[in-house]
Amino acid sequence: MSTRHPALGRLIDRSAPLEFTFNGARLRGFAGDTLASALLANGQMLLGRSYKYHRPRGPVAAGPEEPNALVGLGTGAGFEPNQRATTTELFAGLTASSQNHWPSLEFDIGAVNQALTAFFPAGFYYKTFMFPRAAWEKLFEPVIRRAAGLGRPPRQSDPDDYEHFHIHVDVLVVGGGVSGLTAALAAGSTGARVLLIEQTAHWGGRAPVDDAEIDGQPAEGWISAALKELAQMENVTLRTRMMGAGVYDHGYALAYERLTDHAPDMPGPRHRLWRIRAGRIINAAGAIERPLPFAGNDIPGVMLAGAVRDYLLNWGVSIGDRTVIVTNNDDAYRTAIALHDAGLIVPAIIDARTDADSPLIAAARERGIRVERGRAIARVDGGKRVRGVTLCLHAGEGAPLGHIPCDAVAMSGGWSPVVHLWSHCGGKLRWDAEQALFRPDPARPPLGADGSGFVISAGTANGHLDTASALDDAFDAGRRAALELGHKDKGKGGKAPTAAPEEHAPVQPVWMMPQGAGAHLQEKAFLDYQNDVKVSDVRLAAQEGYESVEHTKRYTTLGMASDQGKLSNINGLAVLADSLGREIPQVGTTTFRPPWQPISFGAIAGMNRGPLFQPLRKTPIHDWLAENGAHWEPVGGWRRPYCLRRAGESVEQAVTREILNTRRNVGLLDASTLGKIIVKGRDAARFMDMLYTNMMSTLKVGRCRYGLMCNENGFLFDDGVVVRLSDDTFLCHTTSGGADHVHAWMEEWLQTEWWDWQVFVANVTEQFGQIAVVGPNARKLLADMGTDLDLSAEALPFMGWAEGNIAGIPARIYRISFSGELSFEVAMPASRALEFWRAALEAGKSHGVQPYGTEALHVMRAEKGFIMVGDETDGTVIPQDLNLGWAVSRKKPDFLGKRGMERPHMQSDDRKQLVGLLTENPDDVLPTGAHAVEGGRRENGMENMIGHVTSSYFSPTLGHSIAMALIRGGNRRMGDTLTFPLEGGRVIRARVVEPVFYDKEGERQNV
Amino acid sequence: MLILHCPYCGIHADETELAPGGEAHIRRAGPGSDDTEFENYMFARKNPKGVHFERWRHVHGCGKWFHAARATDTLEVFGTYPAQTTEPPEEILAHIRKRRPDWKGFQG
Repeated sequence: MSTRHPALGRLIDRSAPLEFTFNGARLRGFAGDTLASALLANGQMLLGRSYKYHRPRGPVAAGPEEPNALVGLGTGAGFEPNQRATTTELFAGLTASSQNHWPSLEFDIGAVNQALTAFFPAGFYYKTFMFPRAAWEKLFEPVIRRAAGLGRPPRQSDPDDYEHFHIHVDVLVVGGGVSGLTAALAAGSTGARVLLIEQTAHWGGRAPVDDAEIDGQPAEGWISAALKELAQMENVTLRTRMMGAGVYDHGYALAYERLTDHAPDMPGPRHRLWRIRAGRIINAAGAIERPLPFAGNDIPGVMLAGAVRDYLLNWGVSIGDRTVIVTNNDDAYRTAIALHDAGLIVPAIIDARTDADSPLIAAARERGIRVERGRAIARVDGGKRVRGVTLCLHAGEGAPLGHIPCDAVAMSGGWSPVVHLWSHCGGKLRWDAEQALFRPDPARPPLGADGSGFVISAGTANGHLDTASALDDAFDAGRRAALELGHKDKGKGGKAPTAAPEEHAPVQPVWMMPQGAGAHLQEKAFLDYQNDVKVSDVRLAAQEGYESVEHTKRYTTLGMASDQGKLSNINGLAVLADSLGREIPQVGTTTFRPPWQPISFGAIAGMNRGPLFQPLRKTPIHDWLAENGAHWEPVGGWRRPYCLRRAGESVEQAVTREILNTRRNVGLLDASTLGKIIVKGRDAARFMDMLYTNMMSTLKVGRCRYGLMCNENGFLFDDGVVVRLSDDTFLCHTTSGGADHVHAWMEEWLQTEWWDWQVFVANVTEQFGQIAVVGPNARKLLADMGTDLDLSAEALPFMGWAEGNIAGIPARIYRISFSGELSFEVAMPASRALEFWRAALEAGKSHGVQPYGTEALHVMRAEKGFIMVGDETDGTVIPQDLNLGWAVSRKKPDFLGKRGMERPHMQSDDRKQLVGLLTENPDDVLPTGAHAVEGGRRENGMENMIGHVTSSYFSPTLGHSIAMALIRGGNRRMGDTLTFPLEGGRVIRARVVEPVFYDKEGERQNV
Repeated sequence: MLILHCPYCGIHADETELAPGGEAHIRRAGPGSDDTEFENYMFARKNPKGVHFERWRHVHGCGKWFHAARATDTLEVFGTYPAQTTEPPEEILAHIRKRRPDWKGFQG
């Protein structure tokens, strides 16, 4: 049983007990506990079931590298799965639950998977579920999803607040251990702006637990002195509970601050994502210990030696009464000594090395601890808890040499520097064979904009495992960072803190214990705890031809879990190297990718959610529409009313009413979203001729012309009515969604190709309200509003425009029509648009005026065969495909898209061309996107498609359905009947007709 | 997340303020060009490992297009310059040659 030690625990406050629950049971911990330490103090070693085999698992580490102790935290909307118990600070009322088991943690049905180990080898997903394809969807995937996986996602939306914070600093120091503190002191003393961040709630890292002495005093005293000194520097910012998550190009870094996770009642955002630009980034993130691969190394109670020491000294938790130490290096002896000195029993230290000797080893022996050299653990005995270990020769294959009863095993396979932040942006590593670790190669750092390295690794993270050399290295790193940025040494804090040099016996690399272990032991020796990858899996992958470490990772899933292989990567690649008969540096590491630890989705989103996710553009009429039954649809960044529903009316009824009323009486449309771009200057006409496919330079002042814009491929991307305001000024109307793009398109050509042309363009979309007055009574309505303009057909003919006052509001009035009706589009200053709208409604009462929405607009334009960019076009359609060849100039020597249209394929008669469709049954409305098929099946079994429906409606005006379609060679197919197979075997047949369904001669608009 | 100096407004702009515009110094092939010229203009783009000339627009800033000379492998920026030119300025070329003595030179 793990339990609370009577005395130790430097981080807990025994005077502040806290209650919390785990799987419904009420438990007690202390302020300063992590959830993991509190659970262990309550004897709760079993915390979850593994991913694949549902093996019982307990914590193996005490920090962010923990792969097993994942729990669900909170309840209801605040529930979060897969949270690390080792990095969760305890608070009163915390609610935690274990995951990935059914029906209970203690008794789990899925654990039968263990018995089927032989059937779940490396790559088993790939091998097992190849065929038939349908079985994936119906059988395999649902079964796997139920059996595998970790926590379940929360069902409700996140109730907490999150934010982003932007900051520029000279030096970002990641890691608040003694190296980070030293680096910050060295950089800060030059006056450089320094941000020092620490992922836990405590400064000083492992130094106090390692019993280090710095500048002649115990580490804790030195740490508080250093913090005091840093606090006095105005140029230094200190932050705890803030994790350096990722390093990106040119000194960009992300840090993740957990503000209220430890105190949920505190006001303010829960997490804050810091977006940092730093001149230099110092990676002082320390090192993590490697497990040793031996059979049964995942049984609850087997833990990293450093973690056993952490739990004892930091939180006063003893993992067991009898702890066997197994190691290949000296550091684990510290754990043995700490346990012994705390009055606990260390039955033996099993050291793989045959002839290691050092002061630490001597200190353990002096305490009477039995040291077994050249020995290994053949296997751990136990199921849900360690019962003992079987000893063997490390050099052999595992023949038992004896059994040692114990209830915990502390293992150490050596330490690996945390190189993640160094590597995220391309920093390279080198293999240090003497220390058996990958460390940053200072000759190959990640490079910044000026070509120099911008990340500096410091201390343990740089491969300096003993305190004295780590401090020296960190001091140099801090000083160098500041000096490289041009800061000057001010003579303050001019030397590195000192620590007594340590004498260590060299580490002996151990990648399988015992080194000659056979298959039966390899099958129980776990490399990746979270993904259940064993030594045997990596060996199998190597046998099957996987040579690249990246491929092996994906094939075996080694290092792919939420801990991203913090414990398993080095062991795994070493096993691979051994299996392939290669050296470790030849195999190399997998890519280190951000974030260093998982960060919340909330922090990534920040405040960009709900109404702030995307700013909503509102026309001057928006609020009036909202109050009058608007059924909204998103258009570009705008909301436009699909229709305006009256009480008791369905959407379809409203649309029908609006169409019929507009065709019979008069309708009002808020067209303010229409793009409006001014093109002005000496070369404006020349520029317009390049932008549009048709001739715009000949357009007379006072007239309007419909125009098309194509890209250089000749593909149509926007259309609209061009108005010539004066000799050197054009107003270009664009589609509602296309205004910004068209404006950018114009700027691009003016700035990058025709920069000598005298033209300015301005996007004035939001400066004007635009209201369409449409229908047979439109002229009468405007006259009744009171105007100084002559609106007669003679004075203001179709496609003409005039400027004047209507209802006392200055206005431009364009006689253009997108409905086929008599239509006046009136533009006025945006600030007067609502006034105009109300006046038009008032004046229109006696003329039967009703506002209408976008669906009525769409149906009416389709009745007239007018195209809609985005419906009839899809980025591969040229104007000629839409029977708009008349709007493509043959006279102009050049325009954007002209050369593209000259390609043979663009000239082909066999292109898809726009046609109208009338369904055999006039009540059938074809679904938009339905395919026309003809000519049998293709090789792949699909029916041969000859085109698709681009727009389709029921026309209330005509009393039958209408559709437009792009059909291969459509212009030659008039009168033919085409077949449209739909879902569920239904087929609609339709006759090809001209795409203009209503008022072909245009008499209604031209009155 | 690059930082590029905008030669118009003079600020060091974060990548979030910028929009990329592909390879710089492409010569437009309009009517009258042959198929190869047109193909090169429309579709053929360099993708070098090393020195590259790119178009960028300071879209959430001054709105101006500019060019950047940049190393695609190390992300080193050799310099930025206004877009109103058909080839990189000599001082940028000199700087690139200094940083990359093996560089073969600008090929338009």
